Amino acid sequence: MWTYIARRLIQTVIVILGVTLISFSALHIGGDPTFLFVPERASDEQIVEARKRLGFDRPLYEQYASFVINAAQGDFGRSLTHRRPAIEVIGDVLPATIELTLFSMIIATVFAVPLGVLAALKRGTTTDGSIMILGMLGQSVPSFWLGIMMIMLFGLDLKWFPISGHVPLLEPLLTGDFATAFTNLPQSLYYLIMPSVAVGVYSLSRNARLVRSSMLEVLSLDYVRTARAKGLGEFAVVVHHALRNAWLPFVTMIGLEFGFLLGGVVVVEMVFSWPGIGRLLFDAINKRDIPLVQASVIVMSVMFVVINLIVDLIYARIDPRVRL
Amino acid sequence: MTQTDQDGPFLTPPASADLLPPPQAQRGDRWRAAWRSMVLGRWPLLALAILVLVSGMALFGPILAPHDPNRQNIITRLEAPMQADRNGEVKFVLGSDGMGRDVLSRLLYGARISLLVGIASIAIGGTLGVAGGLVSGYYGGWIDDVIMRLGDIQLAFPFILMSILFLVVLGQGVTNLILVLGIGQWVTYARIVRAQVFSLREKEFVEAARALGARDLSIMFGSILPNVMGPLTVIASFNVASVILAEASLSFLGLGVPETVPAWGSMLAESRDTLMANKWWLAFFPGIAIVLTVLAFNIMGDWLRDFLDPRLKENR
Repeated sequence: MWTYIARRLIQTVIVILGVTLISFSALHIGGDPTFLFVPERASDEQIVEARKRLGFDRPLYEQYASFVINAAQGDFGRSLTHRRPAIEVIGDVLPATIELTLFSMIIATVFAVPLGVLAALKRGTTTDGSIMILGMLGQSVPSFWLGIMMIMLFGLDLKWFPISGHVPLLEPLLTGDFATAFTNLPQSLYYLIMPSVAVGVYSLSRNARLVRSSMLEVLSLDYVRTARAKGLGEFAVVVHHALRNAWLPFVTMIGLEFGFLLGGVVVVEMVFSWPGIGRLLFDAINKRDIPLVQASVIVMSVMFVVINLIVDLIYARIDPRVRL
Repeated sequence: MTQTDQDGPFLTPPASADLLPPPQAQRGDRWRAAWRSMVLGRWPLLALAILVLVSGMALFGPILAPHDPNRQNIITRLEAPMQADRNGEVKFVLGSDGMGRDVLSRLLYGARISLLVGIASIAIGGTLGVAGGLVSGYYGGWIDDVIMRLGDIQLAFPFILMSILFLVVLGQGVTNLILVLGIGQWVTYARIVRAQVFSLREKEFVEAARALGARDLSIMFGSILPNVMGPLTVIASFNVASVILAEASLSFLGLGVPETVPAWGSMLAESRDTLMANKWWLAFFPGIAIVLTVLAFNIMGDWLRDFLDPRLKENR
């Protein structure tokens, strides 16, 4: 186990270095990056001054080294529009994004398992066919477009759900204000539903297909036949025997899942004016606030890498074969 | 090559089937079998119809389009679909946008950009990946290590985030978009090709080619590549679908296709401004076009996988 942990840790460090290297080269790919950091009508003196201040006159390897050292301490430079450290700006909006991502993940999992199991049990029937085609459709719809359509139908037309807004849930929880979190809960969920469905449908569809095929595989195994032969009820066979093994491949996907969801969250937040990192990123892109864009991208990538590390370690604990 | 060897008086005909590359069925038979399997599956047929339609739009868009897609007209702004004017004439079948441009014409022209971005990115990513995978699998050793570790790093974080960063710096535009999305795809191809090369490298028909003095390059492209085309086509089909989705997202963020170019993604980006005004047709039609195209590529990928390699079939 320890060698496995050590190996995964080293891999993670390499990947994070890779992330910083790629995002560092992104800035330098178009030549001198100073122009990205100064106003469009900056004078020559201002440009020279900024180049010196930002360190772009130093050799590249020196710049990269200090970039990594600063980033390791959470220093990604100052946001040009917010006029304070980029990492602080991101810290403020991160809880909202995590709420949305987690809730989407819950939707993607809670609905995918029964649908996948149902499709597997009704294999070859119309029910199975419809679930499969819906699954295919769900993987073909851009999440943000789904969001727009839901806003138009359920928000503007039927007025069932709010079209934008956010009631903090994670933030009071993190600050230890449980009373506020509790009173906020119903409202928070109400505001969360539409955006997280928009984000989650893609993963929900993929997961349902995954659960179905893994379930079909398990259902044909001998031990399931034995369970049936023992006279166990269908429910016990499916839930206690088959599902327990069928959901293992599904667990490995959860870490990767997070990455897909994050990609969706960035765009969907924009549609619902959700005050998270996605909307922050969008504003930063439009205002060409490069330090903030860079910091957001790195923070999200590192989050993804670390979550994958955790999932892998947990999985190795559950399933000893992985450690080999 | 083995075919001509049989003519030699001193060579016995190859005894083992391993000496020959895997058998290829007659061309005509193969197409007929493909068609039959499509008809049986029904959905692939629908997907094919959609793809033919979209390709038709891309090829003949300018002929079919009732209006100039970029012609602005303040007077005819935001007209609903099928809305008749004073003379009882329907000028905009699918309505007009915030600048009075015809949605249908823009949709027809837009098919070009979506297909172009989808296919060109895959061509770039596929070429890079195939080359990387061939080299990696054929030579092995440290070259293999370097290429594959690079791939691991790239797959270890969501590439859409890095695309955002690169496009912010490079600026939006169709070429940049294709490049960034293309480079994002290479790893998948490299991994598949490499795995196949590993298993084919030791096969006797490759050794035979080597024994006959074929060069590395000609073995890679002549003997190995034709045998990995199947899985590559499957991946490419799914990949076009996901690239079109990524293009739409990036365009929606204002990083992809510029709003002046008629494209589905940029039409959706523009519809942002009229979202609250409930001008549903501005977002609905380009979105449906994207969904149908992506769905068609996904169904095609699924069908191709089952057709080319029944072993991979999703337990039907």
